[in-house]
Amino acid sequence: MHLQTVAGISAGLAGGSFSSLELTRALLERISRLQPELNAFISIEAEPALAAAAAADARRAAGEQGALLGVPIAHKDIFCAAGSRTSCGSKMLANFVSPYDATVVARLRAAGVVSLGKTNMDEFAMGSSNETSHFGPVRNPWDLSRVPGGSSGGSAAAVAARLVPAATATDTGGSIRQPAALCGVTGLKPTYGRVSRYGMIAFASSLDQGGIITTTAEDAALLLGAMAGFDPQDSTSVELPVPDYVAGLDQSLRGLKVGLLKEFFEQGLDPAIEAQIRAALKLLEAQGAVLREVSLPNLPLSVPTYYVVAPAECSSNLARFDGVRYGYRCEKPRDLTDLYKRSRGEGFGTEVKRRIMTGTYVLSAGYYDAYYLKAQRVRQLIADDFRRAFTEVDVLIGPTTPTVAFELGSKSEDPVTMYLNDIYTIGANLAGLPAMSIPCGFAASLPAGLQIIGPHFSEQRLLNVAHRYQRETDWHTRMPERYR
Amino acid sequence: MSTLSRADIENIAHLARLALTENEVPAQLHSLSRIIGLVGELEQAATAGVEPMSHPLPGLAARLREDCVTESDQHRLFQRNAAQVEAGLYLVPRVIE
Repeated sequence: MHLQTVAGISAGLAGGSFSSLELTRALLERISRLQPELNAFISIEAEPALAAAAAADARRAAGEQGALLGVPIAHKDIFCAAGSRTSCGSKMLANFVSPYDATVVARLRAAGVVSLGKTNMDEFAMGSSNETSHFGPVRNPWDLSRVPGGSSGGSAAAVAARLVPAATATDTGGSIRQPAALCGVTGLKPTYGRVSRYGMIAFASSLDQGGIITTTAEDAALLLGAMAGFDPQDSTSVELPVPDYVAGLDQSLRGLKVGLLKEFFEQGLDPAIEAQIRAALKLLEAQGAVLREVSLPNLPLSVPTYYVVAPAECSSNLARFDGVRYGYRCEKPRDLTDLYKRSRGEGFGTEVKRRIMTGTYVLSAGYYDAYYLKAQRVRQLIADDFRRAFTEVDVLIGPTTPTVAFELGSKSEDPVTMYLNDIYTIGANLAGLPAMSIPCGFAASLPAGLQIIGPHFSEQRLLNVAHRYQRETDWHTRMPERYR
Repeated sequence: MSTLSRADIENIAHLARLALTENEVPAQLHSLSRIIGLVGELEQAATAGVEPMSHPLPGLAARLREDCVTESDQHRLFQRNAAQVEAGLYLVPRVIE
């Protein structure tokens, strides 16, 4: 039962092959059994899950249909869920019980989706390896000595080990696509504004976007359709209708103009990954796509740009954690300043403090113009590069990551080495573009990811390209033998 | 652009209201210096006449809404997450002697 896709589960539930309660029980058992070795979850919520599954079965028995009714998933622990602990991977929120649902959670709940729990993540989504979590690192199901990527490492590992068929995730600089690539699963980061950020704990508000990790593009289409749409509670939510993402999946790729990002093949790309990307491009060409090389000259500046903009927004967003209204409070504060300083100093981990410090520095008097304003100007140049490229091509394709999953602990000493992991993914966040990562083969027995980036609101096209590729290949069906 | 000192780190930590331990100060000094080196690469970009980008979707401004009450009073529910509450108020150390 655990090998089913969302689409397969949906058909199984509709056809009466199994009930949501049976499936939920089976997956909960699997999650509990594998949690000690993978650590993919922060909270396993068996009782509410069984109740939700029984309710979904009752709705179905009463004649209700719906593709997601009774489908079990997990939520990244960055999404507030009413009555659930929502920790964001931090000691700061280790005891925070959300009084309300994030819009993403509420929408999926209304569609009858059953949440099995909250997945592990880098603290406040700041990390590329899941090693900054207060609840310990997640392990990569393909090799337990390696990282799953981050920050949505728990969601990616949970889907890769088939603990759940899908899990929500968020992406500020690659946090959906990078772990999806390192764990050999499918990850979709929608256009900025496509999915509501309400109730999604903020890291960098001009970059954060909620999305989904699944095994197939078809499943991502099914879930995005339920998650996306206008939300008056999020001032940056976009008022555009949500297309039927499933309907467009099979469209022919004949004449599709695919841009190869020249800069992506230059910066220390593992040759074994490059070979898989080139093979994937050949396959798309065989389906009628037309390839052409495209250059985005300012793209190499995306990492430094990001490490000004994201920490600046982080330092402002995380000012709300002051030990007063919610979150960790230090023992015996001497005065109010001591309460703030020690609650924050003890409640936040090293990486979060590093980013708050960086953000405070680049926004401080005397440095604002040199760093923050300069980065916003370079961000504009990068966005302009993408805009120009999309007048020539329909999608851009390249690798998701320069290397396969690395060993736990191997990059945690130097922050800059860790930051460079996101070299291929950050550009889409800076420009607000939708992007996907799909499995495209292996390098040294570890999964490699193919990245597809499109213009604003082109999710349908990205899913279409990914689905046509997955019809011709079986990389997305591969899974670590020990979890079969 | 500039090099950081131990005093800079202490000042930034104060501005950010972060208490750092004795061991954290040199570690933050080292990593922040590395990060400032990385973001220093931005200096080379030619940005004369380029408008700073403040929103990822071009042409979209923040939406306005009617100025009306949309929330009910749920302070009891919200205050369940607070460390110290009394009579509906959040308690902090005395500010005025």
